[in-house]
Amino acid sequence: MLVRNESIAPGPLLAMTGMTKQYPGCLANDQVSLTVERNQIHALLGENGAGKSTLVKMIYGVVKPDAGEIVWEGQKVTVPNPGAAQRLGIGMVFQHFSLFEALTVTENIALGLATAKERVGLRGRILQISTEYGLPLDPDRVVHDLSVGERQRIEIVRCLLQNPKLLIMDEPTSVLTPSEVQKLFVTLRRLASEGCSILYISHKLEEVRALCSAATIMRLGRNVARCAPAEKTVKELAEIMINMDLHRPTPRPPVASTAPPRLVVDRLTIRSHNQFGTDLKDISLSIAGGEILGIAGIAGNGQSELMDALSGEISAGKPESVLIDGVAAGHMGPADRRRIRGCFVPEERNGHGAVTTMSLADNAFLSGYLRGALVRFGVIDKKRTFVFAENIIRRFDVRTTGPKAEARSLSGGNLQKFLVGREVLQDPSVLVINQPTWGVDAGAALAIHEAIMALAQGGAAVMIISQDLDEIFVLADRIAVIAGGRVSEPVATRYATVESIGRLMGGTSVIADSSAEMAHALSDAR
Amino acid sequence: MLKIEARGYESKFWRYASPILALLLTGATSGLIFAAMDRPPVLTVYTFLIVPLLEQDGFQALAVKAAPLIMMGVGLSLAYRANVWNIGTDGQFTLGAICGGGIALAFPDAPSLALFPAIVAGGIIGGMLNGGLVAWLRIRFNANEILTSLMFAYITQYLLVYLVTGPWRDPEGFGFPQTALFSDNALAPRLIEDTNVHIGVLLAPLIAIALWVMLEKTLLGFQFRVLGQATRAARFAGFNENRLVWVAMLISGGLAGLAGVLEATGTLGQLTTTLSPGYGFTAIIVSFLGRLNPIGVIPAGLLLALTYLGGDAAQINLGLPNAVTGIFQGILLFYLLGCDILLLNRIRWVRSKPKAA
Repeated sequence: MLVRNESIAPGPLLAMTGMTKQYPGCLANDQVSLTVERNQIHALLGENGAGKSTLVKMIYGVVKPDAGEIVWEGQKVTVPNPGAAQRLGIGMVFQHFSLFEALTVTENIALGLATAKERVGLRGRILQISTEYGLPLDPDRVVHDLSVGERQRIEIVRCLLQNPKLLIMDEPTSVLTPSEVQKLFVTLRRLASEGCSILYISHKLEEVRALCSAATIMRLGRNVARCAPAEKTVKELAEIMINMDLHRPTPRPPVASTAPPRLVVDRLTIRSHNQFGTDLKDISLSIAGGEILGIAGIAGNGQSELMDALSGEISAGKPESVLIDGVAAGHMGPADRRRIRGCFVPEERNGHGAVTTMSLADNAFLSGYLRGALVRFGVIDKKRTFVFAENIIRRFDVRTTGPKAEARSLSGGNLQKFLVGREVLQDPSVLVINQPTWGVDAGAALAIHEAIMALAQGGAAVMIISQDLDEIFVLADRIAVIAGGRVSEPVATRYATVESIGRLMGGTSVIADSSAEMAHALSDAR
Repeated sequence: MLKIEARGYESKFWRYASPILALLLTGATSGLIFAAMDRPPVLTVYTFLIVPLLEQDGFQALAVKAAPLIMMGVGLSLAYRANVWNIGTDGQFTLGAICGGGIALAFPDAPSLALFPAIVAGGIIGGMLNGGLVAWLRIRFNANEILTSLMFAYITQYLLVYLVTGPWRDPEGFGFPQTALFSDNALAPRLIEDTNVHIGVLLAPLIAIALWVMLEKTLLGFQFRVLGQATRAARFAGFNENRLVWVAMLISGGLAGLAGVLEATGTLGQLTTTLSPGYGFTAIIVSFLGRLNPIGVIPAGLLLALTYLGGDAAQINLGLPNAVTGIFQGILLFYLLGCDILLLNRIRWVRSKPKAA
């Protein structure tokens, strides 16, 4: 559907050389080069903080380079702003979305268009592109009510409407299921074959190997390698990327089946407060001390409602619906649940798990003041708070200038390490984490996984809610699937396969209502 | 051409420099307005901002004017930090004065030691009642407090007019819209004999310091700050949003009530229909000029008190209308909010060049 009339100049689509950007106290890009060929899916690999975002922001005109040359279709260009980038034919899907929550999908996309002419028949074109590329979207839904995964689809469709020649995608698959990822890959390959090159930023190395024909690897603001990812192993790629021997978390001994349950959810049924949210239907499960239960599922199938009901941000209906160490906690608020050693890490870091404009010390205090005894007679004990924050920073290797740094100054991976560390160091008996490593680089993800495992080893019951099946298979002792607000019977991880779990995740409502089919799908795996 | 660029962080320098720049721009703009009115601009600004201080007892008058502004400004900075937009402090001020004044009129012969504390308590409760109603409407009916608190300001103003021209009018007052003078027992204690420097002048900075400590050092203050910056994070931490809205409205309302009752018993000695020359609304400017920081509110309150005195001086010495005060305050708020763009952005001079793209 992307028809190009103009004659094609020879040479690469985009060639950047000597790109340099100095931020106060940080040389974000140092003489970086990047060449993207036509019809190519090109990977930009690197840890958080390696300078990938700065580089693509320079391409997209968000950040002005201090030095360097951008050659676009053989012409030397400057890109003063995103509008100029779009006129050149560059589209970008950011990792953090810029959507107005109160507006519908169509209205949001219309806002990004320059002229009224472009808005004619917009709704139809959105529907057409979304069905054609397997990106299901209801143009009339209000963004406020959409899951992270659905929001990302808006951003992708928004770019595709512009018929770009280069599409930059920042961590696009972090919110998708395996089957959705496969569909997206079909989309991307088709776009590439139709003449739209893709610059694919990711640290999911398997994906990069499967999808990309070339890769530029960055570390600490510099180029470190350019290669064909299919010719390297995942381990080799990872080692170039983080410059250390990558190791998977050490497997743990199996949990004794006699261990008493520490977290029990009993027939949890909640109507979502949100018009388009997912109602939770009759969820029952129990997690023993020392056990990790993984909840797999596609975004928007009740994960946020389940998280809120467990953390106490919304009431769980009956007090007995949630038991923490045998104590009926369903009616308790978050503070009371923490008093009985329940700790939680929500999905969204910015403005939910952390106050971005506050210091790390304040953010450590935010959820840690009760269990850390950081308040005396109503007054904040600044010294102890500081020590607590320093402790998190040290134990979880958070890269920052110290407890006084504002949370927003940290990269996503570092902030996530801080937030997980904040809860883990409160010595919880029950820990629930929603999307433990969303948008987090490989090094930070490994650190978070190891912390979760160590916590379970110490006797805590851990629930991880994740869309990343790799993560669930690495961490969990048992796996359940959430679909349409129901949770399937958990299966021991050694009996489950990616295919069997993926199938349960896929057929949202149909399968969710048919436990027989669910059992069938799982028995295939055994 | 001028270009606005995001800094990507909050400038520490402009956090404090922006109100000063706003002041300078306000001075310059007022000068232009005075010039357009055929008044010598420099002399007029001088008359407006300096002359009041040169007069005998100028600083005493300033402190008396500033006291209610500081009390209300402090309460508002607390509420605004928690995203509770109480706009109706003028009403809370008035209801405080009515309740306290009512007690003063009802028990003129009670001993001062009992009467004055009762009057003050009545004033605070009156302000809290008004603020509490606003909080209840927001929590119970999700009614926007900006609208409800502003509406209450009009209701209380008309209640005052009704009382002062009706049931509470001084029978020996020649029909003027005012109550009888309060008895001596009911008057606010003076800090300096034979002046109207009343106890509020001492209380205002003490309250500012106390609320600063509360906001910056205590769990309650932390809860307010988190609620203001990230509602979901406040919910995640288990902070009770409704309770915080109640507390913010009760504190800001109570302080306005206190300011009102001290104005009535300390400065006026009776209730009149012109009890508040817009003090409650000026307090909004005070809180923003003070950067929503209770300590910053002290100099901000002094400055805006000066604009009231300056308005009087300009009227007497130069024959300018009293509305000059309102104009000056309005321009100041305008520049204050406008200059805050420099917190997160920088303005750069960019030479226009041919577009290469």
